[in-house]
Amino acid sequence: MGLYIGDKMMKYEEWSKLAIKVSKASLWMLHFCTGCGAIEMPPVMTSRYDMERFGIAPMATPRQADVLLITGYLTVKTLRRVIQVYEQMQSPKYVIAFGSCTINGGMYWDSYNTIKHLEKYIPVDVYITGCMPRPEGIINAFIKLMELIDEGKARGWEKYQKYYDKYKENQRRVFNFEIEGENEEY
Amino acid sequence: MDVMGIAIKVALLTAYAVIGTCVGLLFMGIGRKIIARVHNRVGPPFYQNFIDVAKLLSKKTNISHGWIFDLALLFSISGILLTLLFLPIGGVQLLSMEGDAFLVLYLLAIPALGFALGAGASGNPNAGVGVMRALVMMLSYELPFIITLIALMIYYDTTSLATIVRMQSINGVKSWAITMPPFMLAAFAADMALQGMLMEQPFDIPVAPHEIASGPMVEFGGKYLGSLMLYKAIALVAETTLFVDLFLGGGVVAHGNFAFVINFIVWLALIFLLFILSILIAASFPRFRIEQAFGFYWKYEAIIAAISLIWVYILVIK
Repeated sequence: MGLYIGDKMMKYEEWSKLAIKVSKASLWMLHFCTGCGAIEMPPVMTSRYDMERFGIAPMATPRQADVLLITGYLTVKTLRRVIQVYEQMQSPKYVIAFGSCTINGGMYWDSYNTIKHLEKYIPVDVYITGCMPRPEGIINAFIKLMELIDEGKARGWEKYQKYYDKYKENQRRVFNFEIEGENEEY
Repeated sequence: MDVMGIAIKVALLTAYAVIGTCVGLLFMGIGRKIIARVHNRVGPPFYQNFIDVAKLLSKKTNISHGWIFDLALLFSISGILLTLLFLPIGGVQLLSMEGDAFLVLYLLAIPALGFALGAGASGNPNAGVGVMRALVMMLSYELPFIITLIALMIYYDTTSLATIVRMQSINGVKSWAITMPPFMLAAFAADMALQGMLMEQPFDIPVAPHEIASGPMVEFGGKYLGSLMLYKAIALVAETTLFVDLFLGGGVVAHGNFAFVINFIVWLALIFLLFILSILIAASFPRFRIEQAFGFYWKYEAIIAAISLIWVYILVIK
């Protein structure tokens, strides 16, 4: 596969390098706002911090988005929706997890109905620490994601395809708890 | 026509299509920058839309919802490309026929119907609501637009776009339709109709991202969304060019051997000014509800257009 430019054939590697360059400069974001993190998003999008100058734009539906931004804790019930949304997105797709709650449960560490480690259920490319992270932190995470894409390290979506069974098993375990009342997490 | 002639014609048509797409994408990027400046933001670089389209076209997975979904996009893009090729650009019209002013009106409806087909095939309820709104919007803005078009046809006594442009370019700027008082009213009505055609802000009811999750586009992703962005870019150029052809003499100011270059630049400047006007209106007004937009077009715009029609009719009879 290749494309003729002038009289020399463009190699597939060069072609995919170009694809990486453009996908890095235009990250469309779907913000899945749960919990308190949603309040940090308006300043990031509007004139104070203005994420659009990096080519990051909020999108309305998962089909159109490249980045899934999960702000805050996820209950088991919400996790179902997040997985549905993640599987509807078109690859290459990336996940940014926002706040302590997605890393180790945060202040909900001993709650019976929130998940503690988001990484077990969907692949996360970048974490933002803090409770709450500042708007600068969010923009910083996007810049970090751009660097990772450039280095070819943001391969969460490939990991999800490769270890699909493992992810599904983890998801099923936490969903079964909802029905059978048995929680291995807690 | 010999083979060489056909080849040159095909090359010219392709060149027009490519130029139209590039100009549209460039304008969309500049429009985003201007809206950002109005919001007191920095805004994306002006070439951002080229990057967006390239990214969408290089996506690795693309979900289709059946063959109607695939064909509907081709339907929209080919419809709008055909419209662009039928319009005089800088006084040069590549495809033409008797009564092409009517033909362009019909061709402008094809992309919307293609859109409706694709959205219907995706089976998403938001898309259904969006398509209903898009068709109601089309019904609303076409009434004042057609009345202004009839006024122009009566005044210039022709149904050919090329003739309308030629009659307006006899004395340069002084013979443009917009310099005459009845056509000032008509141009105002047509500009508001243009705002609806471009789906810019008071009239972005069909795609309203915060209400119905971007309406007909809700299930489009990857390459499909990239093609839709290309469609939008071409539509922007085609619709502003139609206005320039009808009221601003198609941008024709010079005659002679190399006049085409000057006319082309003037055409580019005029559609850019029209687009900026539409972007500034979009940046300063919130969204109408669908019945408000319908009322606005059929009550006020249609009456303004009708007044200009009667005025022109009286002028012609005398």
